[in-house]
Amino acid sequence: MSSTSPVQRIADQAARPDPYPVYAELRRSPVIRDESGVHLVTTYWEIHDLLQDSRISSDARNLAPGANPLLAEEGEATLPPSFIRLDPPEHDRLRRLAMRPFGPPHSPRRIHDMHGELTAIVTDLLDGLAGRERFDVVDDFAYPLPVAVICRLLGVPTEDEPRFRVMVDGVVAGLNPAQPVEERRAAQHSRFELGQYLAELIEEHRRHPGEDMLSAWVTDEGPEGRMSLVEMVTNAVLLLIAGHETTVNLIANGVLTLLRHPDQLRRLREDPSTAPQLVEELLRYEPPVQFLPQRTTLTDLDVAGTVIPKGAPVWLLLASGNRDPRRFTDPDTFDPAREDNQHLGFGFGIHACFGAPLARLETQVALTELVSRLADPQLPEDPPPYRPSPVLRGPRHLEITGRLVA
Amino acid sequence: MMRDGRIVIVGASLAGLRAAEHLRDAGFVGSLTLVGDEAHEPYDRPPLSKQVLLGQVLPEHTALPRTREIDAEWRLGIAAAGLDRDRRRVQLVDGSEIEYDRLLIATGVRSRPWPNEAEAALEGVCVLRTRDDTARLGRLLARRPSRVLIIGAGFTGSEIASACRERGFAVTVAERGAAPLVGALGGVVGDVAAQLQREHGVDLRCGVMVTSLEGDAGGRLRRAHLSDGSALDADIAVVALGAVRNTRWLEGSGLAAGPRGVACDAGCRAFDVHGIVTDDVFAAGDVARTPHPLFGYQFLSLEHWGNAVAQAEIAAHNMISADSRRRPHLWTPSFWSAQFGVNIKSVGAPTMGEEIVVTQGSLADHRFAAAYGYQGRVIAAVGFDHGKWMGGYRRLIEQAAPFPPELPGRRGERPVPARFPDPALPSHGPTVTLTGHSPSEKRVVFTPARA
Repeated sequence: MSSTSPVQRIADQAARPDPYPVYAELRRSPVIRDESGVHLVTTYWEIHDLLQDSRISSDARNLAPGANPLLAEEGEATLPPSFIRLDPPEHDRLRRLAMRPFGPPHSPRRIHDMHGELTAIVTDLLDGLAGRERFDVVDDFAYPLPVAVICRLLGVPTEDEPRFRVMVDGVVAGLNPAQPVEERRAAQHSRFELGQYLAELIEEHRRHPGEDMLSAWVTDEGPEGRMSLVEMVTNAVLLLIAGHETTVNLIANGVLTLLRHPDQLRRLREDPSTAPQLVEELLRYEPPVQFLPQRTTLTDLDVAGTVIPKGAPVWLLLASGNRDPRRFTDPDTFDPAREDNQHLGFGFGIHACFGAPLARLETQVALTELVSRLADPQLPEDPPPYRPSPVLRGPRHLEITGRLVA
Repeated sequence: MMRDGRIVIVGASLAGLRAAEHLRDAGFVGSLTLVGDEAHEPYDRPPLSKQVLLGQVLPEHTALPRTREIDAEWRLGIAAAGLDRDRRRVQLVDGSEIEYDRLLIATGVRSRPWPNEAEAALEGVCVLRTRDDTARLGRLLARRPSRVLIIGAGFTGSEIASACRERGFAVTVAERGAAPLVGALGGVVGDVAAQLQREHGVDLRCGVMVTSLEGDAGGRLRRAHLSDGSALDADIAVVALGAVRNTRWLEGSGLAAGPRGVACDAGCRAFDVHGIVTDDVFAAGDVARTPHPLFGYQFLSLEHWGNAVAQAEIAAHNMISADSRRRPHLWTPSFWSAQFGVNIKSVGAPTMGEEIVVTQGSLADHRFAAAYGYQGRVIAAVGFDHGKWMGGYRRLIEQAAPFPPELPGRRGERPVPARFPDPALPSHGPTVTLTGHSPSEKRVVFTPARA
């Protein structure tokens, strides 16, 4: 095992059900240089500080040539990078424009006001499962929910959702950093297809605007003007991917964690007001985004005594920081009553998760409604099969048995 | 640890309340008394010059959230009048006294009033510090003034100007310095603030002082006279000339307290006038001045929300802890402001900055981060709509990173003088004199200064 590099150990599918022992070992050093040239940052405060350090970039163009063999070939560009892969000032402008119809300061109530709608979607899904004694939490519940929500939010027609899911699946498959070049190409093709679909959809909304975000993007003239069509497509692709795959994993991880901690499941069932705190602890304990593999140093950077050279690829291991015993007491204990839970589940700084309020609300509603209607839930297979990605980590399937009461 | 006994907190605002909560959190079960000169329970001040003036929040809806029950005796609407350290008693204006074993001074600051009392009494002349002040200004604004004059373009003055412009009133700002915010952030950033004000329709006049305010026969403000010889018709004048620390009640107490605050060690223990540290009197919040190692052990007194919270916790902890368990207050200064659609955030001590360099964004766009340098190190930073980066700059300041900082991606920006007003002219007179000749009789005599 010791001959295996840290990156290989993280990428190893065998570590997927429980990557935390690997992280714990890696945390013995705050910065680890992998033989591939990647530098892994493993400890809470170091990650925390780097997330708001302007000397580290999210823009792949700052990567020294050949610095990251894992990204050997980017292939021909299909869409320009989204703001998640850009630095200020381009990042700031695009994020601000994308945010206008989504959250504060211009639309502070958008997510809050979706509470009823979310509950209705969740209830519908659960009604559809009523009477079943066995179902797959991922395919039957966690997956359809965020797709429905993000489609509703962006203005994707319901009849397009299945088509849409195929394209998004393809794009998400490309997020695995340790993946062969052919698959990366396939993912880029999916991204292109999704882009074309969205461009058509945006044109449609320009002609017939509704209450959705895409309509707001094409019609709402702010002080900085509007995004170009390509920018809108890029941003929409980003929100689609970021806005649903992560939530699927958060909900599935949540159900799995609750089934492994029946006392916490009972507590949530008896007192739904504990849901917000429970979801925060979930984001610390089983964050869907395990690490950020796309940062690059802009200068030689001293991190906890190790100098990361300029132009080096850096992975910020959020999930490892979340279990850092120097920051959280009993970090491996799932404790929703935990105080001062400033986890790294949504990242931090200028790239802090755009959709965090939506993800929180969706998961709170989903878990609360599910446990309130599910009697005697059991887990026939533990651990369940996991998705291949070590970045967006979550069960591929999560079979549970029990009775769903109406 | 001291679990029992009597603790008195003078000052029932942010620092006082958070200290009380922390004392109870830490297990203090003795008697706790909070004295406040305002009739209100503790409330939050930052919204007063922003959301409240814009009518988004009612003044009475600014109560500070409580983090826990504190089981305290509240003496609200009654000010402290004096301190007898020998008998460990706080004297109140109604003649009553409260005994203490430990005292926390958290009396904060008040607005510097308009110096001419008769003019200050004119209807339409006001300050903005308390909830009542805001309510009064709100009533004046409700009558749709033809022009609002704001005297002083520090943070409070600028925020009021912003809110008044947003509500559509004609606004003139008169500032003695060369630009708004120049005292806090220097001339380079001040110039940006000036552009912001002018772009938002403020009639900004710098380098002038208001020399007198003139009322009509009914005692209502109608005109202001300026040092450049001009006059200006206005129905409201908001005096925003900074703050004075509430230490007058400590005159004669023998504490090192004056117009600049109560001097303390880094553990929030007050010094007496000889510079000897006390062990039963503590201070926290705007009224406290503490030496900060990061800034050459200079005594800093900070009117920062975050400082009040952090210092209150340290003071509370130290008040009931044994020597070896005491902690220093090493909070890195930081403050924020919102005005003219821009979120301003700063960390460190900009006023110590000799030079400034724009590190991100650009001054021309009014969206930037800039670092301040002092003797070759980063001493402070400011962001206009760059708040999320300030934590990174805070780390640079705490690590004494070299100035100019190694921040890549910049094209040719060089440090320039930060242009703070010349500090050679003292704004406060001497507050102490030395007496005695031999070491055994050398003493300090405290001389109340003219603030």
